[in-house]
Order: sequence, then C-alpha cells, then structure tokens
Amino acid sequence: MDTSSNDKVMKVENLKMYFPITRGLLRRKVGEIKAVDDISFEINKNETLGLVGESGCGKTTTGRCILRLYEPTSGSIIFSGNDISKMPERKLKNFRRNMGTIFQDPYGSLNPRQSAGGIVGDPLLVHQMATKRDVKDKVAELFRIVGLDPDMMDRVPHEFSGGQRQRIGIARALACSPSLIICDEPISALDVSIQAQIINLLEELQEKLALTYLFIAHDLAVVQHISDRVGVMYLGRIMEIAESGELYENPLHPYTKALLSAIPIPDPVAEKTRTRIVLKGEVPSPVNPPPGCHFHPRCQLAIPECSQARPPLRDVGSGHYVACIRV
Amino acid sequence: MAEKPESSTPSVDAMGITAAPPRRSEWRRFSRVFFGRKLYLIGFIIVVIIFLAAIFAPLIAPYDPIKNDLPSRLQNPSTEHWLGTDQLGRDILSRIIYGTQISLIIGFSAVFSSAIIGALMGLAAAHFGGWVFAVIMRVADVLMALPAIILMMLIAGMMKGGGIWIVVFALSFGGIAPMCRMMCGMALSVKQNDYVLAGRAIGMSNWRIMLTQIFPNAFPPLIVGLTMGIGGVVLGEAGLSFLGIGVQAPTPSWGGMVMDGQRFLMTNPLISTLPGVAIMLLVFGFNMVGDGIRDAIDPRLRGVI
Repeated sequence: MDTSSNDKVMKVENLKMYFPITRGLLRRKVGEIKAVDDISFEINKNETLGLVGESGCGKTTTGRCILRLYEPTSGSIIFSGNDISKMPERKLKNFRRNMGTIFQDPYGSLNPRQSAGGIVGDPLLVHQMATKRDVKDKVAELFRIVGLDPDMMDRVPHEFSGGQRQRIGIARALACSPSLIICDEPISALDVSIQAQIINLLEELQEKLALTYLFIAHDLAVVQHISDRVGVMYLGRIMEIAESGELYENPLHPYTKALLSAIPIPDPVAEKTRTRIVLKGEVPSPVNPPPGCHFHPRCQLAIPECSQARPPLRDVGSGHYVACIRV
Repeated sequence: MAEKPESSTPSVDAMGITAAPPRRSEWRRFSRVFFGRKLYLIGFIIVVIIFLAAIFAPLIAPYDPIKNDLPSRLQNPSTEHWLGTDQLGRDILSRIIYGTQISLIIGFSAVFSSAIIGALMGLAAAHFGGWVFAVIMRVADVLMALPAIILMMLIAGMMKGGGIWIVVFALSFGGIAPMCRMMCGMALSVKQNDYVLAGRAIGMSNWRIMLTQIFPNAFPPLIVGLTMGIGGVVLGEAGLSFLGIGVQAPTPSWGGMVMDGQRFLMTNPLISTLPGVAIMLLVFGFNMVGDGIRDAIDPRLRGVI
C-alpha cells in the first residue's frame, strides 16, 4: 500500500489546538479553550493506535486536527513526509486522499439525500480515481468488501440499518485506499451486537488491506481489543502511551489506573473483588486548566511539585511513556 | 424505474446482514404521497387549470381582452358575457383567462430569479461564515429594512417604460432578501451535520460541498418559499399596477383589474372581486402543490409509505 520505506505513517509533534472564546460585537478574544494542549505521538504503519479518555478530553479534536478539519494553533503533523499542519487547502487535497475517516454517528455522517453508492463514490470522483463510467464498478467492489449488497447502491441512507450505515461510512473511508484511517468513535453510536460486527470488520479489513488506524474511543475494553498501542488523554494532554497489553497490565499513571479500575469485569466473582479508584472532583475546565500537571488536583499521589511544571512524557522502557513525576 | 424481482438480489454478505426491504419506485412513492391527500390534489388541479388557461387562452377566451366595447360596459353576468363586462365593456372572463399568462410569467420569472440569487447568497453566507456572512447578511438586512413596495416603486420608477420585465426585475429584487435569509438559516443548520465535515475530509471543494451536500438538504423549505412567493409576487404586481407602474393599462393583469374595478365596488362588485378570486385560487393552488412536493420528497418517508 504505502510505498515509502518509512514505517511511520504519521508523526504529530507538539500539536496545540486552542479555540478562541470571543465576546461582543467586535469578537474580542477573551480566552481560549485549550482542547489539545501540546501533544506528540506517532502512528506506525499497519498498527492501530487507540486514543482513550473521557468526554471533552480532546480526542476528537486531535482527530479533526489531523484531518485538517481544524486549523491547529501550533505544532506539526508530519504525514507521508510533509508537514500538513499549515498547508493551504489546495495543496492539502493530495493528502486528503490518503486519509480516510469513519465518523461516530452513522445517521449524521451520511448525506440523507444522496444514494449510498453516491456517498461511497464521491471520494473516488473528487480525487479523479474513477471516471463517471467505472465508478459504479469500483463502488460495487467496495460494497462487497464491507459486506453490503451492491444491489443496494441506489438506496438512500434512511433505508439502511445503523450497522449497515456504518458499513457505508467504512466503504467511503476505504474508497481511495488511504494509508491512514481515523476512526472517530466508530462504534459508540451502535448497538452492542452491531458493535462487535463492526469491530470484527475493521480488524478483518486491517489484516486484508494492511490498514493503519487511529482509533478514538471511550470504551476501554474495545480499545484494548483492537489497538496495538494506546494513548490515554486527559484535559488535552497525553498522560500515558504504551503497548496495549502493557498499558492494561501495568498502568503507571494514576489517571490510567483510575480509568482502568472503572472497567467492569464480566465475571461476578472477580467483579466483587474489583477495587475502584474513585477520583474526587470534576474535570477542570479546559479554559483554565490547572498549572503543572493537569491531573494534579484530582491525583492521589500529588505532591506540591506537581503543580510547578508540566511533567514531560518520559520513556520508562519498551515503548512505555508516562507523563508523571511520581512513578 | 421498474422494480427488480426479489430473487435477483442474493445477499453477498458474509456476516449475515439481511438486505434492506424491497425497493419501491421513486415516482410511485412520490405520487402516492402527493396524490394521496385531497388538498394537494385539489391544489394540483387548480394549478393545472391555470396553466392550461394560460397556454390555450386564445382558444378558450370568448372575446378579445383588450378591445373596448363601450355600449356594453358595466354589464352584469349574462349568457353573452358569463362574468359580465368592465367599465370599458371588455369581457371579464376573457380578461381573467388572458391574465393568467401575465400572472404566471411574472410570478415564475420573478420568483425564480430572486430564488436563485437569494439562495446562492444565503448558501455562500452560511458556508463561508466570517466576513462573507457579515457582508451578505447586512446587505439582506438593508433590503429587508426598506418596505418592499417602496423598493419596487424605486426600481420601476427609475427604469421608465413599464414593460413586464421591469416589473419582474422590481418584484424579484424585493424577494431576494427573504430567500437569502431562509436559505442561510437552513444551510446553517444543515452545516452542523457530520456529512458536511465528511465532505471536507474527503477533499471536496467548497462549491461541491455547497451544491451537493448542503443545498439538497436545505432545499425543501425553498420549494414552499417558491410557491408561496408566486402568490406574493402576483399580489405585488397588483400593487404596482395600482400605482401605475405595473403592467401597462390595456394588458390584462389580475392585479390591474382588481384596482381598476375598485371604483365600481359598490355598483359592480364583480369587476374587482372576480380577479381577486382568481389570485386567491392561484395562491392556494401553488401553496398546496408546494406543501405536497415537500412532503413527497422527504426521504424520511421512504420505506414508510
């Protein structure tokens, strides 16, 4: 798929996304929402990087910055050897071809007045990877790949079930054989039984087509299942990032520990002995995040130094990075 | 579009996804909603009759609508003049029949030109936001702030001659701002949907997003606006005719007839009420057709009906 010998599909460095808060008629800037506050990570070829965190921690914003649906405030996004973070829209088109997106809401992400075939064929036509004549065959092929009947191409999204709609979304993301697919909570709007089907489909496709995923979700169990590496985000920052098995077996950051302790165990006996770490307080506002480590006001291990400086993401061995001075 | 036989759609799906319910032909679904409700049907029939009257006016009108016949002026309905005659002895029925031509030409051209310009302005304002939005909407505000009739008088007065196209221009100018506002509001709400974001992520151009993603979803209220607009424009034309800057005198236009007849309202009320009834029927017919189309093209009704 990707012809470059480089095994990194994407490298994000010091990415910041601050949304201005404006007031009044003259749109005076009165503050900033620090949705993503200086994060760095890499996505290797043919792997799945999971990104977890609570609502509002900046996972989706990160995904949208990478897709350049937002203009990042600063930082760089290196994609196939080029920094796309400041690239003007007309140059960006070539890079957009190599990125696919699967959205959270299978009802909102498909144009209700376009046929399913039209939706899937659009990326092909936009990037001139198909002519008006052969687009139908290519779309039919994509339908088959995601497990949809190509005879349903002329139907509009309302005629499909939620799971089928998400398959249309996946087919659209696959259309231009992208080197990176950003899955923005692709299963959280689906029924549990359908969730499993979509997860299986995503895994199957990854194996067959050697895909690379950035998988954004808040369901920890699902992320553990599908991801090779997992990043944990809190209030716009990455707290810990490690191999999936390592992170779930041996979480180091106090926030990760608390997060993982919230996963129910599907075994009544074991579930009884599960000790939950209940965090005190609320997530602070990203408008005015706490100084130093963003997590320190809620952290059990916090010491005065925690509020002094931002803890760097440091390597604790075998690709396990953690942003905490106490571990 | 013919329906495919059930057996020719084998499920290719490996994971046991069942196929969606059998497909209904688009046209059948449309006509079933549209003609299934009596009011829409009545409106549709009225519109068809008005269209036929306009097209075949020379064949069905019993008299010349322009030629004066002073001896037989101000007559009440009789076997010769079914709806009576006006102050110049012209047959009212013939004038109403010919008036459909003027009304439809003015109605359609004014409404469509204002809709095209207004919709494009509204779409652009909503899609680009920022200063484009500010400039376009302020222009629309200025247009809205001027009373429509004054705006029309200004334009019609500036461009002397009083031809029908001047009237069309004046009337369409007054319709731009409401169309622009409506389209902008709809487009802003449509824009919130993820599929617009998906379009950008795919790399669609702004125009493509505006015309293929936003516009079709913001379109249904525009149909209603268009049809209601036709009624409004016919009324507006009547107002201009009253002020002497509408369609010029001998040409039969419904608005002009209403205004001509108002002097005889006490003695011969039919002269101005009958064209008024014609205007009312036209407005009602177009409104019903608009509502019917809106309901019938609603994709959410697919599969239900």
